Amino acid sequence: MQSIHLTIVLAPLAAAIVAGLFGKKIGRAGAHWVTILAVGLSFLLSLVVLKHLYWDGGTTQNYSVYTWAVSDGLRMEIGFLIDRLSALMMVVVTFVSLMVHVYTIGYMHDDPGYQRFFSYISLFTFAMLMLVMSNNFLQLFFGWEAVGLVSYLLIGFWYTRETAIFANLKAFLVNRVGDFGFILGIAGVVYFADSLDYAEVFAQADNIAAQTIRVAGFDPWNAMTLICILLFIGAMGKSAQAPLHVWLPDSMEGPTPISALIHAATMVTAGIFMVARMSPLFELSETALAVVLVIGALTAFFMGLLGIVQNDIKRVVAYSTLSQLGYMTVALGVSAYGAAIFHLMTHAFFKALLFLAAGSVIIAMHHEQDIRKMGGLKKYMPITYWTALIGSLALIGFPGSSGFFSKDALIEAVKYSHWQGQGAVYWIAYLSVLLGVFVTALYSFRMFFLVFHGKGRMDEKTRSHLHETPAVVTVPLILLAIPSATIGWLTIGPVLFGGFFAESLYVSEAHDVLARLGETFHGSAGFILHAAQGPAIWLAAAGVLVAWFLYLKRPDIPEALAAKLKPLYTLLDRKYYFDDLWIDGFAAGGRRAGSFLWQKGDQFLIDGLMVNGTAHSVGRLAGVLRHLQTGYLYHYAFAMIIALTLFLGWLLWL
Amino acid sequence: MLSTIGLPHYLTISAILFTLSVAGIFINRRNLILLLMCIELMLLAVNFNFVAFSRYLGDETGQVFVFFILTVAAAEAAIGLAILVVLFRNRRSINVAELDSMKG
Repeated sequence: MQSIHLTIVLAPLAAAIVAGLFGKKIGRAGAHWVTILAVGLSFLLSLVVLKHLYWDGGTTQNYSVYTWAVSDGLRMEIGFLIDRLSALMMVVVTFVSLMVHVYTIGYMHDDPGYQRFFSYISLFTFAMLMLVMSNNFLQLFFGWEAVGLVSYLLIGFWYTRETAIFANLKAFLVNRVGDFGFILGIAGVVYFADSLDYAEVFAQADNIAAQTIRVAGFDPWNAMTLICILLFIGAMGKSAQAPLHVWLPDSMEGPTPISALIHAATMVTAGIFMVARMSPLFELSETALAVVLVIGALTAFFMGLLGIVQNDIKRVVAYSTLSQLGYMTVALGVSAYGAAIFHLMTHAFFKALLFLAAGSVIIAMHHEQDIRKMGGLKKYMPITYWTALIGSLALIGFPGSSGFFSKDALIEAVKYSHWQGQGAVYWIAYLSVLLGVFVTALYSFRMFFLVFHGKGRMDEKTRSHLHETPAVVTVPLILLAIPSATIGWLTIGPVLFGGFFAESLYVSEAHDVLARLGETFHGSAGFILHAAQGPAIWLAAAGVLVAWFLYLKRPDIPEALAAKLKPLYTLLDRKYYFDDLWIDGFAAGGRRAGSFLWQKGDQFLIDGLMVNGTAHSVGRLAGVLRHLQTGYLYHYAFAMIIALTLFLGWLLWL
Repeated sequence: MLSTIGLPHYLTISAILFTLSVAGIFINRRNLILLLMCIELMLLAVNFNFVAFSRYLGDETGQVFVFFILTVAAAEAAIGLAILVVLFRNRRSINVAELDSMKG
């Protein structure tokens, strides 16, 4: 099995190197073939691993491949922990990656950076696999940073665009904020457990939770709470949770395939995966879980609202991603880790599908992304239309679709999470996820109706060129639409309630909402019937109806509404002023402080007074003293004689 | 008493010679050759002392020293004159007051 694991990881890396360094030699076709074959191989082998673990009754494998360094007893290793959680992630990552690779052939067809793009996405697959397969914190951190790096490279893929450079720098900097917390969390783990290995750390979890640590002179914190919150700050950066979400919408400056792969399906879910992986730690700190819950709930609801006022097709989907990541975080907060991972999986399929469908529309519209200039595309692009419909239905949780099962299970889990008490935290979370359903349906179908239905609002030239996109684009759409529609129905039973994650995720008895849900679970069909009695389904339907009424039936209302609720509209349009807070507040403040220190501290004090000041004072003194040097021999001789006389006198008379 | 010439007389002459040479170095501002001659004179004043003391103490070491000093002085004069020739060739002048290229 070990060689299989190694091949899964290394094949995309090798392909990335070949496509990246020898791209000119192997040509465009060579670049896409080598990367697609490598990722395809990884996908097939991942399936083998999953099959081995689930159907063949294989056991969890935890071993180290290579010891990088041993420092004071702390082993830094490269190793793999292959259990059902990582196997599931591997399959999802490689599958979506494979689809995106194929799709890219069509999307980047005319781009001069073709080979570079394939090299990057293959490298991304490698990094993401390293992240999910890791059995220790160091390798997790390596994968974490590596996916961040590739994300940076790909957001700024069109590096001549001013906005792309701004966006990739923004993503990088915001992620640094999160990573700072993350690495502090890892440092905390090393400090308390003296190990980087998951298994060893988890074995000491109770011990860590019993200790306290004093932070910056405040009252002592529970060590586990501190570690978990710090780790979660890392997850907030990577998974774009409020208030560190600002980079994700801007990351849409990158090419659409990577928006689908990195900024929707895989990389942004790394934070969710990480928290689920750390479940033995998070379970021991209810405070940390409450923080996770509230952050997730706020993100889920408020980021969804922003999707309603966006006009860029990719940004609508981006805000929907933020909102869905919020949902997953909420599930983590109520200890329903399984539900979070389940939603992560279904979301990976339908959100990648939605992004690729959006990309297909963008290709057809000649890289026009404003949904106000679209409309009526249904008759020109039937395949894109139907697949986008499946994706949207999955997103809003239409009964039977994959998103329905994962999201409804998630909402139910929140509802049953009484261990948080009935206090504010619980109600914030529950109301957020419920209202979020309505908002999700509203913005999803607003976009859907504006793009595919109604009158065409594009200009004549674009309209005359409208046609369905080629097969390399539509085939991945179809292949993603299949799991988007069906995977929930097929897998909810075994994955959520069948003990699929029994070995991977630890949930304490009191927190186990999924077990309580499982008591009333009687098959997928029963789940649909049960959901029909809950509010979520009706809220989603209401959202679709409102979208239909506002944007197809009476298109004049939204504008009137926006004019009437000007302050609210401005608030949403400005994204709650978060960008202004970060850019004009923290970033500008940081720059001002830096500029102050530069001018006063460095230039004035250190350079001016200390370094150059010393030189200047020596120079001035020398300027005075050099007048003693007349250059005349007799003056020197005179000085020598006088000095000699004086010394002689001193010697004789003293 | 006046008829016997003793150590003090030699020392006085030596001191006068030394002072003359020092004065020559300070006062002379024109000719570099004079400067060299003054230095030679200074050495001779020192030699005078050596010989006088040698005689007075009955120790010949001082006279040996004088030979050494004379040798070194000869070599020094040769080098000094050689430098002087080169200097004159380059600057067309041996005026001490003009040699101030070390002025700060």
